[in-house]
Amino acid sequence: MSGLRILVPIKRVIDYAVKPRVNRAQTAVETASVKHSMNPFDELSIEEAVRLRERKTTPVDEILAFSAGPPKAQDILRTAMAMGADRAIHVVVEETAALEPLGVAKLLKKVVEEQNANLVILGKQAIDDDAGQTGQMLAGLLDWAQATQASRVSVNDGAVEVVQEVDGGVQTVRAKLPMVVTTDLRLNEPRYASLPNIMKAKKKKLEKKTLADYGLDTELRLKTVKVTEPPARKGGVKVEDVDGMIGKLKELGAL
Amino acid sequence: MFSVARKSVLHTARSQLRATASPQYSSLTRLLSTLALLEQKDGKLQPTSLCAITAGTKLGGSITAFVAGSGVKSVADEVAKVKGIEKIVYVDNAAYDKGLPENFAPLLVENIKKGGYTHILAGQSAFTKNLLPRVAALLDSQMISDITGIESEDTFVRPIYAGNAILTVQSSDSTKFISVRGTAFPAPETDGGSATIEEGVDPKAEAKSEWVSEDLAKSDRPDLGSAEKVVSGGRGLKSKEEFDKVMTPLADALGAAIGASRAAVDSGFADNSLQVGQTGKNVAPQLYLCAGISGAIQHLAGMKDSKVIAAINKDPDAPIFQVADVGLVGDLFDKVPELTEKLKAQ
Repeated sequence: MSGLRILVPIKRVIDYAVKPRVNRAQTAVETASVKHSMNPFDELSIEEAVRLRERKTTPVDEILAFSAGPPKAQDILRTAMAMGADRAIHVVVEETAALEPLGVAKLLKKVVEEQNANLVILGKQAIDDDAGQTGQMLAGLLDWAQATQASRVSVNDGAVEVVQEVDGGVQTVRAKLPMVVTTDLRLNEPRYASLPNIMKAKKKKLEKKTLADYGLDTELRLKTVKVTEPPARKGGVKVEDVDGMIGKLKELGAL
Repeated sequence: MFSVARKSVLHTARSQLRATASPQYSSLTRLLSTLALLEQKDGKLQPTSLCAITAGTKLGGSITAFVAGSGVKSVADEVAKVKGIEKIVYVDNAAYDKGLPENFAPLLVENIKKGGYTHILAGQSAFTKNLLPRVAALLDSQMISDITGIESEDTFVRPIYAGNAILTVQSSDSTKFISVRGTAFPAPETDGGSATIEEGVDPKAEAKSEWVSEDLAKSDRPDLGSAEKVVSGGRGLKSKEEFDKVMTPLADALGAAIGASRAAVDSGFADNSLQVGQTGKNVAPQLYLCAGISGAIQHLAGMKDSKVIAAINKDPDAPIFQVADVGLVGDLFDKVPELTEKLKAQ
């Protein structure tokens, strides 16, 4: 049994703590001069890949971090390498030409084949588009087994066992490699990159590519008609005590 | 005599011509056909999956429901009574009981190809989140997740950025794959319908994965995703014991489902499956009563469409008070038991 060659696709998104603002033209969310970070679920993916290596149940030959995104996405690829990824590939895509999940999945299929990966670990969703599709689409295109919303992953003798978060609890599935796994928040606690590791990551290989290198049709299927603010809830009242709360809830017809 | 007959033939021919030349709208609605994917577990229909039918009704056109698993004929019989469905396609095969995407996806692909549907709708759940994108990719379609509104047959509304922005998108795909937020499309009437029942095609694809086991939280409470009332606790509950001691009686008093914030789940106060928020469940009950929850944007994403929000928190500046219709500043360990007692006394 040869080792694991893990591909970890990551995405640069607006930091989770920032409250997004819709732009005035109602065409998108304002991204200029807003703090960006690695998608939180993708940090879990990198962490899990590194832990698979540290657990030593199956040798990990390589952890390859990948991102298709604007030039600044190389910052999150450096972070991934500081956390323990061995090298990175960056397909530079301008923000205005951002890909849809189907396009990303098609691109990842080519990367998987080119790099001969046998395990892909992705976040279960990106916190900007909240689509939650890429991993499943990739597994479908590759015709590989998949396990989404993983809260535990173990690999033994080429068999991957995954505990998945499902409605009402958890379920466990098992499949042979190659496989696609998507991470849920409960999977692990991502480490902070230490300063020496950040320095070391600067020397790791970061390859730049373009969509043309993969010869992909990335025409968008979905056209943004508009982006609007959600309807604001009108301010409520504060009550003095429990009786006031019960009274108000009755008045509102909630009790 | 002859001329009358000729006239009527001409008239028929003309009106037929006119019908084909009439505005696209009528031809669109005529061609529009929806497949609503229903979910079953242990031979029981998951009622929340019926929201796909409500969404299909809003879309117009014919609706076919699809269900697969062992002994699902009885589920099909039950669904036949749901209003708005024209036909039910079922596939009786135990291989589909666990909803494994590797064999369920080819099953759907074959049945979609056979039916030539324009829209594939499914209620948002762990089952469909796992399955539907895979099917969409196999049919080269860019799926639209978790819609909350339908503008027209190709234009849909969905929240992005944890519900902090609302996106309207127009799809150019010939087959549109859409998952539907249940709280935005209430379940249809479950009687008065008379759909035909038909067996679907079964490609019997091999499942590349194997279902091993499951551990589901057992509870007599209403289902969190569809409950009329939800009581929810956060980090302020301090421990699992306190969570159970304080929140459970309140839920009992109200006949409510129990939810929790991510902080409460991460600290082990409550089960993962109870998490409300961007990465957990979306709820929109008549009443969402929360205690010890500050109101981070990720949490608000999962509950801010609730009809009435009530919050108990000791921090008067907690963001939850900006969305709460009724706010009470105070120690939850005093206020919640008092509230429970007074509700019970009524």
